[in-house]
Amino acid sequence: MSIDISQFHDVFFEESFEGLDAMESGLLNLDIGAADIDAINTIFRAAHSIKGGAGTFGFMAVSEFTHVMETMLDETRNGEREVTAELTNLFLESVDVLREMLTAVQQKTDTDDVRIGNVRNKLEAMMAGESIAVEAEPVAVETEIIEEPKYQGWKIQFTPHAHLLQTGNDPVRMLRELSSLGELSTKMNDSKLPPFSDLEPEDSYLSWDLTLLGDIPEEDVVEIFEWVDEDCDLVIEPLAVKQTTQVEEKVVELDKHEAPATKTVVEDITPAEQISAVVEEVEPEVVAAAIDKPAPKSKVAAAPAASSIRVGTDKVDSLINLVGELVITQSMLSQIGDNFTPNMLPELIDGLAQLERNSREMQEAIMRIRMLPISFAFNRFPRLVHDMTEKMGKKVELKLTGEQTELDKTVMEKIGDPLVHLVRNSLDHGLETPEVRLAAGKDETGLLQLKAFHQGGNIVIEIHDDGAGLNEDKILAKAIEKDLVDANDELSPEKIHDLIFLPGFSTAEYVTDVSGRGVGMDVVRKNITSLGGSVEVVSKRGQGSVFTIRLPLTLAIMDGQTIRVANENYIIPLISIIETLEVNSSDIKQVSGKGELYPLRDEYVPVIRMYDVFNLNPETTDLEEGLLVIVEGDGQKVGLFIDDLLGQQQVVIKSLETNYRKVLGVSGATILGDGTVALILDVPGLITLYREPSLALVVNNDRAA
Amino acid sequence: MAKILAVDDSASMRQMVAFTLKAAGHSVMDAADGQQALNIAKTQSFDLVLTDVNMPIMDGLILTKELRALPAYRFTPILVLTTEAGVDKKQAGRAAGATGWLVKPFNPDQLLATIKKVLG
Repeated sequence: MSIDISQFHDVFFEESFEGLDAMESGLLNLDIGAADIDAINTIFRAAHSIKGGAGTFGFMAVSEFTHVMETMLDETRNGEREVTAELTNLFLESVDVLREMLTAVQQKTDTDDVRIGNVRNKLEAMMAGESIAVEAEPVAVETEIIEEPKYQGWKIQFTPHAHLLQTGNDPVRMLRELSSLGELSTKMNDSKLPPFSDLEPEDSYLSWDLTLLGDIPEEDVVEIFEWVDEDCDLVIEPLAVKQTTQVEEKVVELDKHEAPATKTVVEDITPAEQISAVVEEVEPEVVAAAIDKPAPKSKVAAAPAASSIRVGTDKVDSLINLVGELVITQSMLSQIGDNFTPNMLPELIDGLAQLERNSREMQEAIMRIRMLPISFAFNRFPRLVHDMTEKMGKKVELKLTGEQTELDKTVMEKIGDPLVHLVRNSLDHGLETPEVRLAAGKDETGLLQLKAFHQGGNIVIEIHDDGAGLNEDKILAKAIEKDLVDANDELSPEKIHDLIFLPGFSTAEYVTDVSGRGVGMDVVRKNITSLGGSVEVVSKRGQGSVFTIRLPLTLAIMDGQTIRVANENYIIPLISIIETLEVNSSDIKQVSGKGELYPLRDEYVPVIRMYDVFNLNPETTDLEEGLLVIVEGDGQKVGLFIDDLLGQQQVVIKSLETNYRKVLGVSGATILGDGTVALILDVPGLITLYREPSLALVVNNDRAA
Repeated sequence: MAKILAVDDSASMRQMVAFTLKAAGHSVMDAADGQQALNIAKTQSFDLVLTDVNMPIMDGLILTKELRALPAYRFTPILVLTTEAGVDKKQAGRAAGATGWLVKPFNPDQLLATIKKVLG
C-alpha cells in the first residue's frame, strides 16, 4: 500500500516550529552550570521529535542536523556534558538554523548551506571535545559487502526461554516469517513439557529444530529473531556455502575463536550494524520520495503558514452549544410562523430578541476563535533581549506580564514588527550600560517590561524601561535642525516627546547595528494607526519611558454609524466621530484656497461636502438642511456634510482591496441588514483627499490605464 | 482487523501512524503521552500497542512496564518506536517488557510490514 505522507507535512511543520520555540525559551531559561534536568529534558524531547519527524517525512538534512544536537543534549541530560554559556549560545544558533532549514523546506526555497555547515561544524567540534562522533556510514559499507555470499539455507535451533510469551512475542510468528523466506521444515521438541498438573500456562516449554532452504541472506534470518535474541537460545548455522571469499574469511575467523556450532550468530551482529542496516534501507527510498515529489506546490509557497489556527476545544464546544441554541430558536420561530395569529405577537418579539442574542453570542464566540494569546507575539523577546544585550554589553532583565491576553490573529501578525522596533529602541537608546547605570545610582541591571491587558474594547500593550528616558533638549534640537518645528515654538515636554514619531526623525547619534535600520518611529506609528490603533510615549529624564500601544481587539468587526448622503448609505467608524451638529449657514467662513470652514468652539474645521466626494446628486446643498458630522483622523478634525444620520450598528468589514482595489477615502465595505452594500469611510483618507484633491484624479487615471 | 493503541507526543507522527493503520483496515485509538495511553488502556483492550519512547508526563518505557503489570496486557504485543541513536533504548525497551521495536524514521510501508509481522 502506498500512502502519501506529504499530507502530514503541515502538522509536522507546525509542531516543529512550536518545538523550536519551546527549545529556544528552554535554552534561554537554562541556568548556566546548574541546569534543571526537567528543562533539559523538555529541550531534548523537542529536538528528538523534530529529528524523528524530519526523518519520517523525508527531510534528511533537518534530521541529520538535529541528530547532532540531540546527541549533545542527551549527553547533557545524562550529566556527561556541562551547560556552559558557550553551549547554550551554540544551541540557540542551531535553533535558528533549524528554523531556517524548516522554513526553507516548507516554502521550497534554498537554504544557506554555508551557514548550516558552519554551525554544524561548530556543533561537531564541540561534541568531539568529549566523545567520538557516532557515524553510521563506515559500518554501512561493511553490510553491503556481506550481502554477496550465496547460501543454500540455514539450520536453526530455536529454544525459547520460559518467559518468552510474556514479552508479547510468539514463536509462531518466527516460524511464520521464516516460512515466508524459503522452504521451512520444522521439528518440534516437547521433551521439556511437564506433566499437565505442573504446567504453567504462561510459560513456554517447546523448542524447534528448523531447516530453512533457499538463498537467504543471514541477516534476514537473524532479523526475525532480533526481538527475542535474549529470550531464547538460538543457533543459526549455514547448511552449506557456495565459495565466496568473504564468507570463507568469516568462517575461518569463527573457527579461530571457538567452535562454530555453539557460536550464536546473533551475538556477532553489533547493534550498530543492525541499525545501519535499517538506516540503509530507509534513506534511499525516502530521499527518492522527496526528490520525486512534483513541484507544483511551489506557487503556493509565496503565502507561508498563517493559514491554519489552533483552537482550544473549549472554544469549539461553546460554539456547538450556541449553534444548538440557534437551532432551538429557529424551530421556535418557524412554529410561530406556521400558524401565526396577531395575538402571538409578544411571542414573536421574544423569539426575535432571542435570535438577536444568539447571533450576537455566536459572533463573539467566532471572534474568540481568531483570538490568540499575545504570548505568540511576546515569545520572541526573551531571545531578542538575550542576543542584543550580549552584543551591547548591557544587562537587562525582561519581564512579561499579561501574556495570556488575547488578540485577533491578524492584529497579532501586524503588531509584531512595531513591537520589535519599540523593544529594540528601548534596549538601544533607553537602557544604559551597567557603568552608566551604576554612576546614576541605579541597579546595574536594567528592567524592561512588556505588559498587555484589556481596557474597554481595546488591548493595551505597554513597553516600560527604567533607562535614561527621552532627552527633550536633544529631540528639540534635532527637530529644529530637521525643520520639523519652528525654533520659536513653545512646546510642552509631551509635545516634544511626540516629535519622535514624526517622519524623518531619529535621535541616534550614530547608526548602530541594532536599531539603525532606516526605519523610524514614524513607521511604527503609521503601522499601528493602520491597525486602527494608537501609540504614545510618556517619559521622564533619568527614570525611563513607557510606550503605550492601544489596539482594537479585532479588525473584522467594528461599531459603525450609518449615514445617508443623497440616496446612498455609508458607514463612519464610530470611534472617529466626535459630535454631530446642525449648523447655521452664517457661521460658515469662506476662505480662499481652503474652502469652507466651520468654527467649532476655538478652532476652525474644514467642511467636506460628501456628495462632492462621491459625485452624487444631493437632496440639498444647503448646509442648514443637512448635518455636519465632526470626525477626527490623523490628529485633524474635519466636518463631513451629510443628509442624515441613520443608526448605529456593528458591521462586519469586507476588504475592498482584495475584492476590488484600494480606493482613497474608503476603508472597506459591509453588507447591511437589508442586504445592500455600504462603503465604510476612511477618515484619514478623506482628509488626505481634501488636502490634495488631485490624488483622486491619480486614482482615476490608474483606472483608465 | 486489529485494534491498535498508538502513543506519540508528536501530532504529525500520531496522524501518520493512525492514518496508515486505518488505511490498512485496523481500528486505532491514539494518545499523546503514556499517562493518557494508560488511562485508555485500562478501559478497553487492544491487540497491539505502539508507543514512542520520549514523551512528556509518562514515557514509553514506563508505559510498557505499567501495561505489563496489568493482567489484560501480559501477553499483548507492545512495540516501542526508537531512533537509531537509542541503541541502549532497545535494551531498555526489552527490559521494560516490550515485544519489539520499530526504528525511526520509518515509512508507512515499514510500519505496516512490522505490524503484519506481529499480528500475522
